[in-house]
Amino acid sequence: METAQKNEDQPEAVIEVRDLVTHYGTRKILNGVSLDIHQGEIMVIMGGSGSGKSTLLRYLMALEKQTSGTISILGKDISKISKQEFFELRKRFGVAFQGGALFSSLTVGENIMLPLYEHTKLDRKTMEIMARMKLEVVNLAGFEDLMPSELSGGMIKRAAVARAIVMDPRILFFDEPSAGLDPVVSSALDDLILTLRDAMGMTIVVVTHELDSAFKIADRITMLDRGDILFIGSVEEIRSHPSERIQNLLNRRAEDETVDPDEYLRRLTGEDTGG
Amino acid sequence: MNNASQQNAVSRLFERIGKIFFGALEEIGRHGVMLGESLYWLFVGPRLKQPVRVASIFDEMMEIGVRAVPIVAVMTGTIGIMLAIQGIHTLKIFGAESRVVIGISFSMVREFGPLITGILVAGRSGSALAARLGTMKISQEIDALEVMGINPVRYLVVPALLACILMVPALTFFGDIVGLFAGGLFVGLMLDISMAAYIDQTIEILSVDDLMHGLGKSLIFGVLIALIGVLNGFMVKGGAEGVGKATTRAVVQCISALVVTDMLFAFIVTL
Repeated sequence: METAQKNEDQPEAVIEVRDLVTHYGTRKILNGVSLDIHQGEIMVIMGGSGSGKSTLLRYLMALEKQTSGTISILGKDISKISKQEFFELRKRFGVAFQGGALFSSLTVGENIMLPLYEHTKLDRKTMEIMARMKLEVVNLAGFEDLMPSELSGGMIKRAAVARAIVMDPRILFFDEPSAGLDPVVSSALDDLILTLRDAMGMTIVVVTHELDSAFKIADRITMLDRGDILFIGSVEEIRSHPSERIQNLLNRRAEDETVDPDEYLRRLTGEDTGG
Repeated sequence: MNNASQQNAVSRLFERIGKIFFGALEEIGRHGVMLGESLYWLFVGPRLKQPVRVASIFDEMMEIGVRAVPIVAVMTGTIGIMLAIQGIHTLKIFGAESRVVIGISFSMVREFGPLITGILVAGRSGSALAARLGTMKISQEIDALEVMGINPVRYLVVPALLACILMVPALTFFGDIVGLFAGGLFVGLMLDISMAAYIDQTIEILSVDDLMHGLGKSLIFGVLIALIGVLNGFMVKGGAEGVGKATTRAVVQCISALVVTDMLFAFIVTL
């Protein structure tokens, strides 16, 4: 088990995860994860593919039901609150998915207005102005009448951010913001994430495997590996951490797995797949 | 061979039958749950400040209903003529060609109108629903809705379901009329019966019960098409190939469900 890094003098935790265990089918994905995310910080969740980082994000967004453990968001245990409370809570989330997840049947502007249209009683003119304001924030002014299919990858991600922040959420989730983008665009997106935190005081959770991006934006980094938390701490702490495992992950060294010849033979012949 | 392996084969056979049976049961259960959830959002949604939008119901009605009018007209018209041809051919044996109107009216209104319309809507809209929801699922648009606090069932399923419930019977009624009319044209040509006389006979033969038999059936068809399309879409896994499979599956399941329901309905109502 990891040592949960709890500092009582830290600001209030916006998200509190305790001993989260999850399964995908019968496969165990998260192995008792505990983690606090504080008000106004950028928490970067890192780890290689298969480490469970995207899974953790899905649970933080309450898209799945956990096997055991608790997740509290804004002081509420999300498995215990009523449907109504849950909806109220979700209105304070914003999410920018990996592929943008813009609704392909709506224009960019309509995409951004959708949460306003569904959750507020503003008139259309006001909603249009708010959508343009958010597009302005993400440097996409004037694109509101295009369809998502007419945008480039980087523009789709920025439009997704505009949609995520249109309700002025308390918590913003980013799934792999720099995946599939060239370095310049990806760096601009990092700047945007920093701006959002500084200008709007949002708590931001970013899942990524890009080291450069993580080191640039993170206040703290959570390092996941095979369903366990290896480390939680600041950028400096992680850089100077003595653990060989962490340094290997940071320096992109593949780790030599110790191979037991018998076990290897058993794997190849496919006998005893339960092991 | 030996007894043990025989026993093994038998137990494996039973295991497979059991699996298929419970799989089917589970699927039927899912449809029930989806229907329940849709009704929940339709009636309780407004109180949770999550009303079903009238505009999106009209959009779906346009897509599922109005845009299907030409193809429904062509197909039911063709069926009407086909019924006239077969009817006249068969009744010739007894020299009772003029009684063909009975055959056309009953089979059109009670059977072919609802079934052909249902199959057309299943092919057009059942598949389209599965493909659209499936694509939304794999591009995380469904997750995005969920996280935005917009329930996907309320936002995507209920409008399609309501549109099917309203439009499939409406299309069926329209198809009935087109089919009867086309049959009448053919009968008029072949047997020298005037259109006015044909219409009089048809109205005399058909009762409200017959019409309701067909329309009631088509209402159930509408529910089935929407639920099967939607659920196959929601269950998509594994990228573009998954969407393709779900679309095919939706059409096959829709048509099978329609035909079986048709028979069951006729059995229960007429006996």
